[in-house]
Amino acid sequence: MTAPVSHADPFGHDNLEDPGPLHESLRAAGPVVRLSRYDTYALARYEHVHAALTDWQRFQSAAGVGLSNFRHEKPWRPPSLLLEADPPRHDAPRRVLSAIIGPRALHRLRERWAADAADLVDRVLDDDGGVVDAVPALAEAFPLRVFPDAVGIPADGRENLLPYGDHLFNAFGPPNDLVAAGAGRIAGLSAWVDARCAREVLTADGFGAAIWAAADRGDLTPDQAPLVVRSLLSAGVDTTVHGLSAVLYALATNPRQWERLCAQPSLARVAFDEAVRWESPVQTFFRTATTDVTVGETVIPDGAKILMFLGAANRDPRRWDDPDRFDLGRDPSGHVGFGMGLHQCVGQHIARLEAESLLTALARRVSRIEPAGPVARHHNNTLRAWRSIPVRLHRK
Amino acid sequence: MAETRTLRVTGKEPVADDVVALTLADPGGARLPDWTPGAHIDVILPGGLTRQYSLCGDRWDAHSYRIAVLRERGGRGGSAYVHDVLAVGGVVGLGGPRNNFPLVPAGRYLFIAGGIGITPLLPMIAQAELLGADWQLLYGGRREASLAFGHDLLGYGDRVHLRPEDRHGLLDLPGFLARWRPGTRVYCCGPAPLLAAVERACAGLPPHTLRTERFVASAAAGLARGAPFEIELARSGTVLTVPAHSSVLDVVTAAGAGVLSSCRQGVCGTCEITVLAGEPEHRDSVLDDAERAAGTRMFACVSRARSDRLVVDL
Ligand SMILES: Cc1cc2nc3c(=O)[nH]c(=O)nc-3n(C[C@H](O)[C@H](O)[C@H](O)COP(=O)(O)OP(=O)(O)OC[C@H]3O[C@@H](n4cnc5c(N)ncnc54)[C@H](O)[C@@H]3O)c2cc1C
Ligand code: HEM
Ligand code: FES
Repeated sequence: MTAPVSHADPFGHDNLEDPGPLHESLRAAGPVVRLSRYDTYALARYEHVHAALTDWQRFQSAAGVGLSNFRHEKPWRPPSLLLEADPPRHDAPRRVLSAIIGPRALHRLRERWAADAADLVDRVLDDDGGVVDAVPALAEAFPLRVFPDAVGIPADGRENLLPYGDHLFNAFGPPNDLVAAGAGRIAGLSAWVDARCAREVLTADGFGAAIWAAADRGDLTPDQAPLVVRSLLSAGVDTTVHGLSAVLYALATNPRQWERLCAQPSLARVAFDEAVRWESPVQTFFRTATTDVTVGETVIPDGAKILMFLGAANRDPRRWDDPDRFDLGRDPSGHVGFGMGLHQCVGQHIARLEAESLLTALARRVSRIEPAGPVARHHNNTLRAWRSIPVRLHRK
Repeated sequence: MAETRTLRVTGKEPVADDVVALTLADPGGARLPDWTPGAHIDVILPGGLTRQYSLCGDRWDAHSYRIAVLRERGGRGGSAYVHDVLAVGGVVGLGGPRNNFPLVPAGRYLFIAGGIGITPLLPMIAQAELLGADWQLLYGGRREASLAFGHDLLGYGDRVHLRPEDRHGLLDLPGFLARWRPGTRVYCCGPAPLLAAVERACAGLPPHTLRTERFVASAAAGLARGAPFEIELARSGTVLTVPAHSSVLDVVTAAGAGVLSSCRQGVCGTCEITVLAGEPEHRDSVLDDAERAAGTRMFACVSRARSDRLVVDL
């Protein structure tokens, strides 16, 4: 059977501003929809997105997780050894990085990050009287304070991290105006990031040094080590910034949920995962069919690109009750905001620890997060992002 | 939803003297957890006897596992049960997969197998071949008929050196290891005397060259518990019962404890809980042996209890 066709542009500004209606129409159209504009297929229902994410045998990543098909096109940068790799090449980098930033390795960062978060929130309350733009003042400030230190890169030039990540996540989409806007700076930003992956510049106690130590043990080859460090710097900054923006926006606009969190701060982790479900900071990734794959009644041909709408799956009413509601009473477990299966976000425990640290510090000190002006989205081909969320933090 | 995980035997065939190969699948036909070469699973036999078996099939087949089991005559009955009682259609419990013997990236590998120690090396060999790496296998055993998969391996031609002891005597390790060049990794699995001999023979090579796995029965390994157990949520004092066919995760989330989960296969690490008292029975793929022994953390989606009660920080 031929799949229903959509002529929409998921990367157009209207859909980036508000993807909800597009997601709804794609889910309604069927398990698979052809996107005529980019000659690809789309999956938007939870069931099929989940199945494609876990089925690495038939939905590969090594041909690129953006629109560009590495079978025919040269990648704009050397591909990621994790995100853009299939087994068996994916195995060793994944194993090494999972051990370095997995749940068990993060326990030692807990106390330090809690103290850093407390300090940041105190300053925002003291210096700015609590009237701030939550995006730069909290969502950007906190990850930029703790994460580059944890990786172990030097202090200078860290302002390059966000624009680098922004371009990288744009580049998974089509070569549209967003990509063009970043193209001018990207060579310089890439060179800066690549230089931060060298053994000599990394501090001895960070994740970066641990990656190099794995190479010394032979768990990686020496030429893999800098690319694995690069994965941290690429995938670990913008994602958490927009994840934190998402949860702060959700809590500012849902005061009842904020009260719930204040009453029970141990809900911080649930609040963050619910925000990752609700907002899906990473909206989409592509796969490439390794053979003719039947989904529903449609045959997706070998080599075709498939766009998985994580954001649509996370609000699929077939899977979630009242999906558009941000609700700390729901169990968001099983959302695909961090992906699922072999490539599931290896940094998810870091993201959760950052969020838990910041939300706990806020819940201790702030009685209310009050919206204080018009909010503005930031458009990116892959990320659901905020540019500005003005708020007034009421001190307890 | 996650119940206790089980596998159904869908195939059983002899592959050498005293060795049977089993094919295992999810009873409902679902995908099985992903694995990498060198990984093993815990097979939980009726009565709770838990034994490890290396996965020796094809990871591109997401719907079945393959293991090969040697009859251990001096053993406590695990392998004998597999040989004599377990039949096609039978069901066993699953823990893992875990991998303590991963294949690291290299351009050249020397593989050394003694007897049933061939099992984890089979998928490594397939992988080395897929990656175009240069490799050689030295495979010893008592007799030709006891070399499981020996015939299939001959398809790889002169990379494979089958050396049954009744015809060739003990393995010529120095001769084989003379092929070593910088950058070559040596992988060995087999009986303790072989491992000791290989360790001696590799003593002059750079550190991290040799990787080994022992199929040793752990003296400490107790029986997996078939019976229900209690879980106490320390913060509220609530005591819940975990029935034999429900997971800790399901029981505590049904009670509103707010434990996040994601993969429900013991892989992603999301559902970690802190254990304050009692002895967990780990069935995840995340913790290493030391962390397992410490017993202070567990993954609620798959792991259970050996003790009558677990007290957790919830
Ligand atoms: C990581 C790993 C992977 C493995 N992979 C495979 C595989 O692919 N194929 C395979 O056939 N086997 C494999 N094994 C071995 C397997 O798990 C079992 O040990 C084996 O099948 C024997 O089980 P059994 O119950 O028959 O004997 P066991 O009771 O386990 O006895 C095994 C050996 O231990 C000795 N022993 C007896 N009692 C004790 C005791 N109380 N404490 C310690 N030792 C004792 C016995 O004399 C015997 O030599 C693997 C083991 C490990 C750890
Ligand atoms: C809220 C924050 C985050 C979100 C929403 C997020 C989302 C995702 C998603 C959806 C994937 C799967 C990609 C795929 O299937 O193709 C992924 C993979 C990945 N993430 Fe994250 N991520 C976040 C934070 C982080 C952090 C903090 C790091 C690093 C410390 C990180 C590093 C990675 C890496 C390296 C991969 C590739 C893993 C692989 O392919 O094996 N992420 N992330
Ligand atoms: S939910 Fe992934 S380890 Fe339990």
